[in-house]
Formats: sequence, C-alpha cells, structure tokens
Amino acid sequence: MVQFRQARLDDSFAALSDATRRGVLEQLGRSDASITDLAEKFHMTLTGMKKHVGVLEKAGLVITEKVGRVRTCKLGPRQLEEETEWLERYRQLWDARFAELDKVVEELKQKEKINGRKTRE
Amino acid sequence: MDARRESEATPMKNRTTVERKSERELVVTRTFNAPARIVFEAWTKPELFKQWWVPKSMGMFLRSCEMDVRVGGGYRLVFGHDASNTNEFFGRYIEVTPHSRLVWTNEEGGDGGPVTTVTFEEKGGKTLLVLHELYPSKGALDAAGTGAADAMDETFTQLDELLVALGASLGRS
Repeated sequence: MVQFRQARLDDSFAALSDATRRGVLEQLGRSDASITDLAEKFHMTLTGMKKHVGVLEKAGLVITEKVGRVRTCKLGPRQLEEETEWLERYRQLWDARFAELDKVVEELKQKEKINGRKTRE
Repeated sequence: MDARRESEATPMKNRTTVERKSERELVVTRTFNAPARIVFEAWTKPELFKQWWVPKSMGMFLRSCEMDVRVGGGYRLVFGHDASNTNEFFGRYIEVTPHSRLVWTNEEGGDGGPVTTVTFEEKGGKTLLVLHELYPSKGALDAAGTGAADAMDETFTQLDELLVALGASLGRS
C-alpha cells in the first residue's frame, strides 16, 4: 500500500513537472477536450499530445474516453476525490446551520400557534 | 422496536444535500417542517438570521449583522473574536419575493463572488429550500472551495481542541 502510494506520487510529480502538462490540466479544469483540441491549443502534433495525455492518465490526473473516432480527455478521479472532500465539508457547514435554523423555525411555529388566533382574522 | 422508540423521541432530522451542478454552480437543498412564510422570516430578519447562520459548533463569532432586505438593499456580516481581526461579508439583494425567493450578490471578494439564489417551495406544510450559488467562472468556485476547506479545517481543529478540553474537565468533575 505504501509502495503503491509512493509510485502514484512519483507518477504525479513526473506528470506535473512539465509546463505543457500543467497547462493541459488547467485547460481540462475549464472543460473536457479531445486530444485534437489539446494538440491545436498547445501547438503540438497529435502524437506529441497523446504522449503527454498518456503520462497524465498514468498518474490518475486525467481520464480519457473514446467515443467514435474522438478521444475525449477529462480530469481524473484523483482531482474528483479532492473536490468531493471539500463539498462534504461544505455540506457539513450547511447541515450545522440548518440544524440551528430548525430550532429558530420551531420557535416561530410555537409563537404563531399562540398568537395566531388573535392576530389572524 | 428499540429503534422505533428512539425515532419517536428524536424526530428525524432532514437531510442536507450539496451538489456541484456544473462547473460554476453549487446547489444546497434541505426540507424544513414549517410553512414557507416561517422559513422565509428566519432568512430575512437579522435578529433571527444571526441565531442560526453561524452555528455554535463552527466556533465562529458574529460581531454584527445588518440586513436591509429589499431590492437594492445591502447586507453586511462581520465575523471575528476581536475588533482588530475581523472578516466581513457583504453584498446587495437583487430580488426579494416574500415567502418564495431571495437573490443576493456576494461582493467581499470583488468580481469573483457568486450570486446566491434561495427559493422556498411549500408543499403540505413543509418547505423545500434550494440554495443556488452561481460563480462567474469555474476558477472562482474552485478557489472558494479551497478557501472554505482551509477555513473549515481550522475551525474543525479548534473544535477538536475544545472537545478535548471539555472531555478533560468532565473527566475531572
């Protein structure tokens, strides 16, 4: 397990050591893209871009999917894991707020019950 | 059977869900066991709003809360334990529809702030609340996420410390 993690880390650092590959990640952060799109954007041959994407894919930073003749690249599961984590934290914040809001709402309901008959109608 | 007794004693808490709907949108949903007019009131009266917006468990302190809930009206929330170290959140209300819809801007971060839309939908005496945040770009949402995660990390650390301290003092008594 430790070794596996170490290997993944090495792959990640290797993948991120190149400016083009960092650019590709940034680009995919904005939207998914085909290898052809990426090659054009980075002024590169298809073969060259395929190699870069291959390195990112091996590190788990990018996943690719072939639909018809087009291979689409998107951010990989490792990016998603991080995102899920902060979304969960964000959910916890709202959950805590709403637990307090429940109490405020409950008090207002009680008040309305007491005053309701007098003030309405 | 035990479980049933337990659920009678403590009514089931409604679930809060959070979803990243697109690169620029976050959506939070929650149902409240009350009519929309009551839930709406708790979002629009500062004296009520400040009772729940900063949950005690988060270890934050709300110094002041001003809200002028009408189209074009402003709000300003000031957080912080001491006057020299505060954090402000402010913006304007751009839509106010009683009991059903609130829209406001978040301007403390300059142009990168989201627009927040809250809708209150009443069904059978309960209210489905949907809070939607639309960021100007994916980068702005990501940055907010990272910032929030860091801030919450800090808060959770403080909370951990507090719990340890409480645990220790309870153990002694």
